[in-house]
Amino acid sequence: MRVELTVNGGLMTVDVEARRTLVDVLRDDLNLTGTHAGCEHGVCGACTVIIEGEVVRACLMFAVQADGARITTVEGLAGDDGTMHPLQEAFCAHSGLQCGFCTPGMLLSALVLLGRERHPSRERIREELSGNLCRCTGYMAIVDAVEAASRGPGDLPVPHQQST
Amino acid sequence: MVAGDRAWVGSSVPRREDSRLLSGRGRFVANTFVPGMGYAAFARSSVARARLVAVDTSQALAHPGVTAVLLASDLATVAPGSLIPTLYAGAPGAPVRLLAGGDVRYVGEPVALVVADDPYAAADGADLVDIEYDPLQPVVDFETAGASTVVVNPERGSNVAATSKHSDPSCDEAMRRADRVVTATVRQQRQANAPMEPRGVVAAWEPGPSLVAYVSTQNPHEVRQVLARAFALPQAAVRVLKGDVGGGFGQKFLLLSEEIAVVAGARLTGRALKWIEARQENLTSATHARADLVTASVALDGQGTMLAMDVDHVEDVGAVPMGGSGGAGASVVTRFTGPYTIPALSWRTTAVHTNTCRRGAYRAPWMMETTAREQLVDEAARQLGMDPLELRRRNVIQSGDQPFRSPGGMVIDGVTLAECLDEAAKVIDYSGFRSRQAELRRADRYQGLGISLFFEPQGSVAAIRAESATVRLDPDGTVSVAVGSGNHGQGLETTIAQVVADQLGLDMEAVRVHDGDTNSTPFGNGTGGSRSGPILTPAAVQAAATLRQRILGIASHHLEAAVEDLRLGRGEVFVLGTPSRSVVFATIGQLASAGAAALPPEVEANLHVTATYRMPGPVFSNACHMSICEVDVDTGTVKLLRYVVTEDCGSIINPRIVEGQISGGVAQGIGGALYEQVVYDEDGNPLTATFVDYTIPGFTEVPSIEYHHVAAAGDPGEPPDPLYKGVGESGAIGAPSCVANAVADALAPFGVGIIDPPITPAAVRVAMDRAQDGRAAPTIS
Repeated sequence: MRVELTVNGGLMTVDVEARRTLVDVLRDDLNLTGTHAGCEHGVCGACTVIIEGEVVRACLMFAVQADGARITTVEGLAGDDGTMHPLQEAFCAHSGLQCGFCTPGMLLSALVLLGRERHPSRERIREELSGNLCRCTGYMAIVDAVEAASRGPGDLPVPHQQST
Repeated sequence: MVAGDRAWVGSSVPRREDSRLLSGRGRFVANTFVPGMGYAAFARSSVARARLVAVDTSQALAHPGVTAVLLASDLATVAPGSLIPTLYAGAPGAPVRLLAGGDVRYVGEPVALVVADDPYAAADGADLVDIEYDPLQPVVDFETAGASTVVVNPERGSNVAATSKHSDPSCDEAMRRADRVVTATVRQQRQANAPMEPRGVVAAWEPGPSLVAYVSTQNPHEVRQVLARAFALPQAAVRVLKGDVGGGFGQKFLLLSEEIAVVAGARLTGRALKWIEARQENLTSATHARADLVTASVALDGQGTMLAMDVDHVEDVGAVPMGGSGGAGASVVTRFTGPYTIPALSWRTTAVHTNTCRRGAYRAPWMMETTAREQLVDEAARQLGMDPLELRRRNVIQSGDQPFRSPGGMVIDGVTLAECLDEAAKVIDYSGFRSRQAELRRADRYQGLGISLFFEPQGSVAAIRAESATVRLDPDGTVSVAVGSGNHGQGLETTIAQVVADQLGLDMEAVRVHDGDTNSTPFGNGTGGSRSGPILTPAAVQAAATLRQRILGIASHHLEAAVEDLRLGRGEVFVLGTPSRSVVFATIGQLASAGAAALPPEVEANLHVTATYRMPGPVFSNACHMSICEVDVDTGTVKLLRYVVTEDCGSIINPRIVEGQISGGVAQGIGGALYEQVVYDEDGNPLTATFVDYTIPGFTEVPSIEYHHVAAAGDPGEPPDPLYKGVGESGAIGAPSCVANAVADALAPFGVGIIDPPITPAAVRVAMDRAQDGRAAPTIS
């Protein structure tokens, strides 16, 4: 089936089998390998992407269901000039990652949270990110990173989700 | 920054690897695409023990996209003996099989390898392989497996994989004479490493033949050795490429059968092949760990001095364990007396096979010694009516006791166990907690404090007590470092750059660290066992120190100044007292490369230095964990309120990376104490095949951790003689017993002792109900 996706601001058209998941199409057809498949059953959150402002598990959605949708993946967070998003900077500054496999999903889930709640408490951060699993950090450093980003100056935009 | 100064070491430098991992540019094996490659999937046994009657591949082969289905007979050219890990060559063990033939021995054992044009077709093909079984009674319960007449591996004749025994007459004597002997049975449930990235391989054969294998591994040079043996190739014809690795925790330390089968499949089908393990495969058939039973006794005199310990250890190694017998028993028992000055020890170990997934390494594979001992010590404190902190203080190895020769044969030196114990008690306000605990109990609230005290040896496996690093000055004045053992989340690209930059007086930006390509890195023994700090790091330091001397030699010639009058700093060499007389590293790099012919013969022009560090003997990190929990006695729910870690891991290169290692290990240990369990039913069917059933802790389960670094008096961590100790396993060693002891302490008024983990709400309630039989009401002191 022919599917049109607006990924990180660019319109992409792919011809996919109806049963293929969005995570596989992003990775294998669109070469956006930053979205990781960690469990393929919607629990770990590594494959999290943002679709129309919402957090979505790309392993639980067929690519055809995303037809016409605006999608932001981890590759779309940095600026065109490669400048890291403030949230990415905060993860680096606070050691919010170790192996980095869960990190793309963490970033996108946290970004949607910060879009809704500009200054969440540490407890709220833990609650809202509880759908993303990490096996390396023990989580505290991720909470530190998200909290630091929430206290930073300026906006924390969700790139590529605004209407043009 | 001047060479020899600590400009970088000791500070939490942001990690070099983060920029690519944060921007979706991680080089994970699943991101490897080779032109024309096919995809592999395994058809696996759905029965725990059975005779294989027939395997019908016709439907699978007829499926669109499927190009081949391989069975055990197709892979027969790969000799099973060649698949044993190098470290275990010659050790007795169950035969490693790439694919099952004749019979199957656990659910999830690979039976057929399906090759297809895309991963969906490969998965379809695996589903369509029709396996006919003649099911047989499996052995599932490891506590009775040793005596079972049903034998998991007929080649071995018995389910007993390994045993050991040591009877110390002075231990028997102490047990007879003691005022008190306290015995405890401590179980540890089967667990899964569950790295967020499952295993994976892309295998590409080239004419020659030679092999390129992209593998998610902790140990690329070991992968190379095994593949060379398996396919009768010179090691030089095998190139292993390890990119970013999404965690391993021991599971990826030794090469397992599936990866080798895929390499064999690529050779047989003449096509590059990719296999990425599914989460269900990872949870049911990669490796499992822990699964121990300890029955231990401690003999004490009237003052609470521990006189002897006796330990009996039984462990489940599954059907075909990773490496030799797969058992950790020998390490568990010989380390059992741990941080205490106990003079006598007897032990017995038994490792048994069952019709279950193989046992593999998991972050401190031998940590049952701490898990069981620290719960035994608390049980002793309860039975003696003594405070558990005080009991530990009376027995802990003090600085004056060192070097202390343990009855298990270890020479323990350089540890700060007593200091860590005191510091943790201070940080957590131990006595303040005890008063508050008593008040809360009067209000029918139950909080408990748990302690775990332990050391973490590194370098105890003498056969792999070496690591190598190459440090090279490039013609532009920057430095490349190649390490044989690499990164999978530990931040080695950063920490190795920190130590090298300090040796050479360079900015971090001028130093890059590379790993994972066996063609361009020196031999390494793998990242695991907390080896990188104490063994790999000194190799990089030594190589950089030699490179510094050679840089000075060239600079001495170039500046016409004596080496003693030269200093390195900010990427140049200058004459002491005359900083204007200087030469930048780039000039030296060019002189040594393009201009080498112009250098006189006595000036060493080779700025490509490899050093091999041979560790003289084991070193010991040590730590104390203390946690406070509250148990809701109505629901059985355990909530962790505080978690304190005092740690001595020698000289610290990057504090935040050290803390991250501790924190991650503690999280896994909390998972082991409260949440995680691999479950099999009585027929050997795994019931925990997803993250819904196998519940690793999340954001709301792991508390914030309070870290305190403790340094030994006369700390060897200060320059010029830093001692980098390992810290990778520490958190996972201490946390299970720390949390279990906190729960037992909380429930002490109910007479609840040691609870079999995971300590779920149901487990708490059952334990309380059992303890309450014969008790009218909780005793509140």
